[in-house]
Amino acid sequence: MSVRPLRVVGQSVPRVDGLEKVTGRARYVTDLVIPGMAHAKVLRSPYAHARVRTVDVTRARARPGVLAALCGADLTWCEPYYGPAYRDRPVLAIDVARYEGEPVAAVAAVDEATADAALELIEVDYEPMPPVITLEEALAPGAPLVHTGKPQAGIFADLSTLRPEPGTNVCHQFHFARGDSAGALATADLVLDETYRFPPVQHVALEPHAAVAVWSETDGLTIWASTQNPYSVRVELAKMFGVSLARIRVIVPHLGGGFGSKTYAKLEPLAAALARVAARPVRLAASVPEAFQTVRRCAARVHVRVGFRRDGALVAVECDADYDVGAYADIGPRVVQKATYTATGPYRVPHVALDARAVYTNTTPGGAFRGFGVPQLAWALESVLDVAADRLGRDPVELRRQNFLAHGEEFAPGDTPIDGKLEESLSRAAAAIGWRQAGAADRGRGVAAMLKASVAPSVSEAIVRLHADGSVSVLASAVEMGQGTRTVLAQIAAEVLSVSLAQVTVVQPDTAVTPYDQTTSSSRSTAMTGRAVQVAAEDVRDQLLAIAAQSLGMAARELALADGAIVGPARRLTYSEALALKFGMSGGELIGRGVIAPGRTAAPLGGSTPFWEMAVGAAEVSVDEETGAVRVERYVSVADVGRAINPLLLEGQDEGGVVQGLGHTLLEEMLYADGHLLNGTLLVYRVPRADDAPAELECRFVENADGSGPFGAKGAGEGSLIPVSPAVANALARLTGVRLRDLPLTPERVWRALRARSPRA
Amino acid sequence: MDAAPRVRIRMVVNGGAREVEIAPHALLLDVLRDLLDLKGAKRSCDTQVCGACTVLVDDQAVSACTFLAVEADGRAVLTVEGLADGESLDPLQRAFLDAGAVQCGFCTSGMLLTARALLRENSTPSRDDVLHYLRGSLCRCTGYRKIVEAIMTVAEARR
Repeated sequence: MSVRPLRVVGQSVPRVDGLEKVTGRARYVTDLVIPGMAHAKVLRSPYAHARVRTVDVTRARARPGVLAALCGADLTWCEPYYGPAYRDRPVLAIDVARYEGEPVAAVAAVDEATADAALELIEVDYEPMPPVITLEEALAPGAPLVHTGKPQAGIFADLSTLRPEPGTNVCHQFHFARGDSAGALATADLVLDETYRFPPVQHVALEPHAAVAVWSETDGLTIWASTQNPYSVRVELAKMFGVSLARIRVIVPHLGGGFGSKTYAKLEPLAAALARVAARPVRLAASVPEAFQTVRRCAARVHVRVGFRRDGALVAVECDADYDVGAYADIGPRVVQKATYTATGPYRVPHVALDARAVYTNTTPGGAFRGFGVPQLAWALESVLDVAADRLGRDPVELRRQNFLAHGEEFAPGDTPIDGKLEESLSRAAAAIGWRQAGAADRGRGVAAMLKASVAPSVSEAIVRLHADGSVSVLASAVEMGQGTRTVLAQIAAEVLSVSLAQVTVVQPDTAVTPYDQTTSSSRSTAMTGRAVQVAAEDVRDQLLAIAAQSLGMAARELALADGAIVGPARRLTYSEALALKFGMSGGELIGRGVIAPGRTAAPLGGSTPFWEMAVGAAEVSVDEETGAVRVERYVSVADVGRAINPLLLEGQDEGGVVQGLGHTLLEEMLYADGHLLNGTLLVYRVPRADDAPAELECRFVENADGSGPFGAKGAGEGSLIPVSPAVANALARLTGVRLRDLPLTPERVWRALRARSPRA
Repeated sequence: MDAAPRVRIRMVVNGGAREVEIAPHALLLDVLRDLLDLKGAKRSCDTQVCGACTVLVDDQAVSACTFLAVEADGRAVLTVEGLADGESLDPLQRAFLDAGAVQCGFCTSGMLLTARALLRENSTPSRDDVLHYLRGSLCRCTGYRKIVEAIMTVAEARR
C-alpha cells in the first residue's frame, strides 16, 4: 500500500455533537427524567472541624414524601469510605466533620421541595473543634490533626508507597533527586532563593456535579453521572457496595465541563446509597456553592533555590513544595508527586533535589484541576528564570532557549525521551508577540514555558464495528466534556477506514457497552484512546483486506481502502459487498479491537509518559498605576502537539485554557476566614468574563508528527494554561520593575507593590 | 397540609400557545424545564450571574432562574428550542457551529439567546458592545474569542 495523504485527520471538521448543542437537544445528567425518580438534598456541616456527636434523622424520615434519610451511622451495610489515593472520605461524615460543607446527612424525597423541607427536621449535635485552614496552621508543631486514624490506600499502583508522616497533617511526601544539588548550589555563580504562593481555586464547570442512580435485581447499579472517568467511578462503587464490576453500569451523557473537577467519585457514592435505601431512582444535583464544597485545586507554597552559572546555564534546582490538599486526599497525593517530578520544567538541570508534601487542612478537598499540580510549580520556576535573566543581564527568551532539553534527550532514566521541540514553540511565540520589536512604552512583555507528563502507565481500549451498510460505530470511553474528543475519535476512525465522517458514530461512554478507558484527563484522550481507536480501525481494515484478497484472488498488499470500498488494480468491492461475501447474507459485522496498555516501566513514577506536553506562552500587559489593575492585552500560546487532528477544536481548547489561566492569575482565589469559605458563589467568586479575555488571543501549534499518538499526535489542552501566570507576571515585572510572588495579581496587591517600589533610575 | 394555591398562566412559548397551572412562586426556569420539557435552558449559578438559563421574554433577555413564571403570563417566551425554523438553523446557531464557539455546550443556549437580544437592540454592535453585553454570560471552555467572533460574523452579515 502506498502512503496516501490524510483526508479527515488534520481538518477542522465541525464537531459531531455541535448540532445537538446549538439546538438545546443535548441531554446532560440534570436533564434526565427517569420514571419514579426521587430527588436528593444534602445537609452539610456548618463547621470547618467538629465532632459529630449525634445525627437524628427520625423526624425527616417520618415526613410524608420522604423516601430515604441517611446519616453516616446508617451506612453499616456498605463500605462507607472511598477515595482514589486514600480511602479516607466517608460518604456522610462519621464521628467528625472535617470541613465546612462536608455532607453530614442526606434525604431523598418525591420532589426537591420536600427533600429541602426534610433537611430542616434533621438534628445534629456538633462539638466544634479547632480547625487548621492554612498550610502554616496545618504544619505548625502540635497542630490539630485533620485525620487521626491510619489511612487505607486507594486504587493507584504508583501510590502503593504512600508516605504519610504519622502524628502530623502530612498525608504524603515525595522526594526525587539526582546529582549533588547542595554542592552545585554552593559553587553556583548566582543562587536565587524565593517562595511563591498559588491560591486555592475552583473549576467552575458550568454544570455542577450530578448523578442519577437506580438499582435493579438483574442489572445491579446503573448510574448516569457527570464524570470524566466512568471506570474509576465504577471501581469505587463496586468496592463500596460489594458488587461485581459487571453489575455497576456508569453512563455518561453530555458533560457540562470538567477541567479535572469530575475525575474520580464525587456525588456518585451518595446517590447510589440513597437509591439503594429509597428503592427508587435518585437524582442528586449539586448547586454551584456545593461544587465549591466538593473539590478545588490544591493551593501551594513553593520554595525554590535555583543555581546558575554566570553564562546562564542552570546547574541546580532545589524545590520544597507544600500542597494544601484539603480535608480529604482525593487524588491530591498523586497531584503532588507527579507535578513535583517535573518541577524543573522543560530544562536541563544536572543537580536536583525535589521535595513535596501533601498536607491536610480543614477545607474543601483538593483534587485534579487542569495542569495537575504543575501550574503551582511553573509559577515559581518560570518567575525565577526571569529574575535570573535580569540579574545575569540575559534576555529571558535566550536564557530559556539555552537551557531547554533537546528533542530526544533523556528527562529521567527510564522515562520517555523528550519528544518535541521547545525551541520551535519559543521562537514562534516570541515572534508572534513581537519580542524583538520595540513595544509601546505602556506595555510589557513576558514569556514562560511548560512541560508536563501524562499519566503512566494507563490503559485505553476501543472497539470499532463495521456494519453491513458500511457505517461504523466507535465504542470508546473517553468522555466528551467540550474538548472535542468525540469528533477527534470519529475523524481517526473515518481516516483509517476511508469513510466519510457522517458514516461514523461515536457511542457515549457506558461501562456496560464501551470498553475500558482509565480516565479522560491528563490530556491523554487523543494520544491514548485515539490510538486505541486507530488500532481497532486498522484491525477492521485488515479484516476487509483479507476478505477482498480471498474473493478477488489477490494479495492483500495489492489492495487499499478508498471511499468505503476495497480497491485493487481494476477491481473494487464495497464494504457491504465484502461483508455479504463473508457472511453469505446481508447481516453480520466486522469487529476490530484496539488495546493501548504500555504497562509499568523503570521510570521514576513507575510508568513512562506516553508523551510530553510542552508549550510556550507570551503575554503583553498594561497596568493602571492608579488602581493596580493589570490587563492582558495580547497573548500568544504555542503548543507542541505533534499533529492537530482537528485544528479548530484544538485552538478552541487552548484559547479556553489561556483564559482559565487568567482566572487564577488575575481574579480567582477561594478566601477563608475563621474556617468559613467567604466566596463560594459566583456572585462573589469572579471567573473571567468575555471582557477579561485578551483583546488579541492567538493559539498556535508546532506539528512535527513526533508523538506516539495517532498520526504523530501528542496530548494537548493543559499546556496553554500553565505558562499564563508567570508570563503575565514576567511581563508586569518588565513593565514596572515589580515582582509579585503571590497569586492572584489582584489590583490591591499590584497597587501596593507599585507604591512600595523604590524610585526607578 | 392545605392544598397549595395554584395560578394559571398563558404564554406563547416558541410560537405556540401554552397554558400551565403553577405555584405562584414557581420560577420560569422550572416551568420551562419541568412542565414544558424544554431542557435547553440550564441551571447553573442560580443567582443571575452566569447566564446559562437565559431565555427571551418579549425579546428581552432574562435569567429564568430568578424570573417568576407568573411574570411571563400573557407574554412571548423564546428558548433555544425555538431558535431554528424546523431543521433550518438560525444564523447565530450556524455561526456558533462554524466558528467553533461551542464546546461543552452548557452555556450555549444562554449565549445564543443573549446574542439574539443584543442584535435586536443593536443591529450593528462593535466588538466592545458585544463584550459588554456578554458580561452576564459565562463560558468556562472557550475563552470567549470564538463566541464573540460568531456574534460579530452575524452582525456584519446584517450590515
